[in-house]
Amino acid sequence: MPDNQYAILKKEELNSFISTLSKLNKLAAPVSRGYNNYSFEEVNSGDEIALKYIPTILPPKKYFMPVHETLLEYDISKGLNADAVTESEEMILFGVHTCDIAGIQCLNMVFSEHPEDHNYLIRRQNIKIIGLECNEYCDEFANCRLMDTHLPDCGYDLFFTDLGDYFIVHINTRAGEEIIENAGFFKSAQTRHLNELASFREKKRALFKIELPIESKFIPDLFDRSFESKVWDDLDERCLACGNCTTVCPTCYCFDIKDEINLFLTAGKRYRVWDSCQLDPFAKVAGGKNFRKARKERQRHRYYRKFRYSVDRFSRFFCTGCGRCSRTCMAGIRLKETLKSLIETWIK
Amino acid sequence: MDKIILKDSAYCIKKGTILGIKQLTESEKLFEIALEGSQRLGFEPGQFVMVSVFGAGEIPISLSSSPTNNVSFEICVRAAGKVTNALHKLKAGDVIGIRGPFGKGFPVRMLGGKDLLIIACGLGIAPLRSFIRYVFDNRKDFGKINILFGCRNPGNMLFLDEINDWKKRKDVYFESTVDCGTPDWTGKVGLITTLIPGVNIEPERTFVALVGPPAVYKPVIKELLSRNVPERQIMISLERHMKCGVGKCGHCQIQNLYCCQDGPVFNYEEIKHLKEAF
Repeated sequence: MPDNQYAILKKEELNSFISTLSKLNKLAAPVSRGYNNYSFEEVNSGDEIALKYIPTILPPKKYFMPVHETLLEYDISKGLNADAVTESEEMILFGVHTCDIAGIQCLNMVFSEHPEDHNYLIRRQNIKIIGLECNEYCDEFANCRLMDTHLPDCGYDLFFTDLGDYFIVHINTRAGEEIIENAGFFKSAQTRHLNELASFREKKRALFKIELPIESKFIPDLFDRSFESKVWDDLDERCLACGNCTTVCPTCYCFDIKDEINLFLTAGKRYRVWDSCQLDPFAKVAGGKNFRKARKERQRHRYYRKFRYSVDRFSRFFCTGCGRCSRTCMAGIRLKETLKSLIETWIK
Repeated sequence: MDKIILKDSAYCIKKGTILGIKQLTESEKLFEIALEGSQRLGFEPGQFVMVSVFGAGEIPISLSSSPTNNVSFEICVRAAGKVTNALHKLKAGDVIGIRGPFGKGFPVRMLGGKDLLIIACGLGIAPLRSFIRYVFDNRKDFGKINILFGCRNPGNMLFLDEINDWKKRKDVYFESTVDCGTPDWTGKVGLITTLIPGVNIEPERTFVALVGPPAVYKPVIKELLSRNVPERQIMISLERHMKCGVGKCGHCQIQNLYCCQDGPVFNYEEIKHLKEAF
């Protein structure tokens, strides 16, 4: 019996599918950028895409929330004229892992919370997401099983799972269905394919084990008891306050707002630019007081934003388990080690 | 990329014309502003607006006038940084950008029939002046009103002419102090906490509005608690550097709260457990 929620794409047809897709829309996908480094970039053919990749240096949030983004354009040459603006184009992201899909879902919640951020929401409407399943762990830094982001549930238009000589594709939205209809190449999935998917998932569930000695439902409790933990002192000594961890985080969205005016002082723009709570001036006020002066306070803030505050505000963790913060930290601060230390301190 | 003009963006600005500027002290000026087309700002005491000086940037400034004035509003600005210095260079007739009002102010409508103890330190008088003027405009709705004002030195004292009026009024108890006196200063010298014993407080019906630099909060709150004022009746405005005003940018975050949306006015009970609050 064919299942119309699933389709099949033979491996040898992937390149043709990608080429066709890139002609219809701007298409971005993970590409290799040197040893163990990957990046989401615009692609035109399947050869450019790294199908097996560890999380890209920057998560796909860069398409939803660009590093620099103009919010307002103004002209003061003849009185004041100012327009709030956004820039957006239709595009497709191919090959997004479940951790990054979870990251986008977190950002969706943040920017659609009242007052809505129309710059983000317009862009979100214009980006289609084609997910790609991880068949195994990317590396030792991931904690996606603990965060329960290792399996696809929602947040995508299409979702690809590699089952050997073909991909089985879950069609999750009407937009995803249109991609399949327009591209051709796809066949309906048969019971045999669905059975193969089920047995793959069973093996995957056995492979992905909760990475730390804690169940996720106890994490808010853990953090409720850890505000004064000595673990933060350890981070204080090691953190370089470079902001790499927040830059690469798929759910970090803090920004600064700045003005730039032309040399004639007649017109300019107001833009937002990624900022980091790990940088010293982030929580400073006019009188000079810094409300998170110590690096341990800033690191603690980062962890609480991922594991505690977001639970109150959005009823979910804002860690997707992608492991980027650990991979990128120059001081070797590893999220899993920090959590492990907190758990050990709690048990004592 | 297609550029789209947004009519409903949180970053849209309203044009505000500076109607008048008053030099209050060496470093503070009071700006009276009217929105284009007689638009009403509509706010409550304790709320803030984002003020744009084009080319310099945008900053959060608390409202200083009473919301009972429908025509214009006032902001009291100390020249401290790039935008505030640029603002100080402007003159009447110049146009600035306004977003807001933002945040939660003093819950004035819930305070009817209560006694008020308003404690302002330094620039904390700026948002509290809005509250004080609102209360005076609706004087009969409130019980006893006490205003305590503390400053570093007499030269820092803002709104001197109005203070002289408050001193004369029979319907308010007003007392002020400075940290360091000058030879011509005839008033009290000492910290703001030294004024609290002089106030006749009925704890169950007294609501306190306290605004000042971060350092004054702990000693003042300690003094108020020792006078049995309930924690949830102590209202405090917390200072943070808001960048967006709409609970997104993260700059004003106090643990799980966003000062720009959940505050800036909090009651002590809701923030006392927050280690990062003060």
